[in-house]
Amino acid sequence: MSSELTIGFLPLVDACLPILAREHGFAEAEGLSLRLVRDMSWATVLDRLLYGHSDAAHMVAPLAIATTLGRGRPAQPLAVPFVLGLNGNALTMRPDLARRLTAPGQLADPVKAGAALRLVAQERIAAGDRLRFGVVHRHSTHNHMLRYWLAASGIRPDHDVEITTVAPPFCADALDAGEVDAICVGEPWNSVAVERGAGEIVMVTAQIWRRGVEKVLTMKERLVDQRRDDVEALVRALIRAARHFVDPANWDANAAILARPEYLDGSAALIHRAISDQLMLAKGGAIVPFPDFMFQYREAANFPWVSQAEWLYTQMVRWEHGAIVPEEARKAARVFRPDVYRSALVGSAEPLPGASSKVEGSLAGTTVVGTQQGRMTLESNRFFDGGVFDPADLAGYLATLP
Amino acid sequence: MRIAIVDESASRAAVIGEGLAALDDCELFVVTERRGLVARIAHIDPDIVLMDLGNPSRDVLEEYFAVSRALARPIAMFVDESDDEAIAASIDAGVSSYVVDGLAPHRIRPILDLAVRRFNAFSRLQADLAEAKGQLAERAAIDTAKRILMNNRGLTEPQAYAELRKTAMNQGRRIAEIAEAVVTAHKLMGGT
Repeated sequence: MSSELTIGFLPLVDACLPILAREHGFAEAEGLSLRLVRDMSWATVLDRLLYGHSDAAHMVAPLAIATTLGRGRPAQPLAVPFVLGLNGNALTMRPDLARRLTAPGQLADPVKAGAALRLVAQERIAAGDRLRFGVVHRHSTHNHMLRYWLAASGIRPDHDVEITTVAPPFCADALDAGEVDAICVGEPWNSVAVERGAGEIVMVTAQIWRRGVEKVLTMKERLVDQRRDDVEALVRALIRAARHFVDPANWDANAAILARPEYLDGSAALIHRAISDQLMLAKGGAIVPFPDFMFQYREAANFPWVSQAEWLYTQMVRWEHGAIVPEEARKAARVFRPDVYRSALVGSAEPLPGASSKVEGSLAGTTVVGTQQGRMTLESNRFFDGGVFDPADLAGYLATLP
Repeated sequence: MRIAIVDESASRAAVIGEGLAALDDCELFVVTERRGLVARIAHIDPDIVLMDLGNPSRDVLEEYFAVSRALARPIAMFVDESDDEAIAASIDAGVSSYVVDGLAPHRIRPILDLAVRRFNAFSRLQADLAEAKGQLAERAAIDTAKRILMNNRGLTEPQAYAELRKTAMNQGRRIAEIAEAVVTAHKLMGGT
């Protein structure tokens, strides 16, 4: 008799792991029957999770922290036993703006493009207008990453430009209609905008933070305790899906599955591009490979590092223009649950980091970290501006940021 | 009280609106267009906003409400912790509600209850409609299958129907399923 788990998701390429865990029978092999519920807004994915329509959800990581801390609604403690992936978002701009930042057919250099953007932003202000950016949610990594890049480039996100929320399916429309000059969104929506000629991909978020946490598997904290065995089974099913997802031999089949009407209801060709780290920057242009555009498995990418939760908390506080509250910081850190991840995978071949936190952004080259099985090599994890986040001193870090 | 109903389905918005129109001293505004949604809501300046859960613009509207906290009449999601069941019922029905700060729960509840009932009524209508459509499609498949059997095997109409029925009984399936199989097989064999 298998246990049933319902998982909510938005139609984005990085909803891949729960979908593939179901479609390839990895969940079934763990005694789980997965039911997937597709929604069209993060608000509804969250409502379903909180009111018991779903047991778990594909979610933008900052929303799990914000909900736990009671931003926008009464606090409800959430838990993240598994990271669904790192990065995979891009900045797509109206072609005229793209041309100010980079040459055709090339991804922009974040430092140079930031400086160029600063000039454009100043021109706009002088003309009595402001550059407008669209992000998918206030509490999204898209918002945090964009703001990180802007601020480090000398552009004040709340003064010099305007940042609004745009639903992913309408991003291309919004660019086309001139409602926004740029969007920061996940795939396939950048590529959809490119195909429509509404915009050009100028940067990917992996250029801002090489290993930035993106979507997470979120549950109510209480449910993780009540259904611990099922949760651990789900973690094992998802890790198998992750291994399958990154194998080039499976890309055709997986793109076809994700494209189906009940999942992304989109183009298998565009989805295939994203999952194979290939980008078409402008309509009809050459394909530009960008290794680790999406990062779904290697280097224990799915391990919920507590330091990632803490970084997200610092960014939330940063843009609330508030201060670190130690009690909140503890609650935010507690959202990420490496303990659940470890106990689900103990005895497996998956590397289980010995530490639960790491210094983020410090690794310019490769670094070797200890795992329960031995050692694991981590590649560069740098922020584009060379910033270093030491989770031992949140307030100190915040003070160093512009 | 000013109530805004945000729903991309014009027919559902009409069904909800019709229900709420019965309430005293309520002014209704129906918004079905995505474009300019925020400006429209700002202009309406509602006390209550009802929005369907499937609406892709929910995050956009919530962002506006979050920003509106700085305004004179901040709006927030209606979360009545004293009565979680009512909220759960509205989520079940597929409607989310946002209310202007300071509005008393006893003024919101009747409106929310009514909206939930209308949402549920609309879902039932949809289900009935889908079922009726399904029945029509099944009848069409049975008619086509009968015609195929009549043409290919020289059966009369009652004989063709009897064949379908017998096969269905033998296989423990519905006649419509057998009919669809016949139609599919016929198409595969090059029939039209």
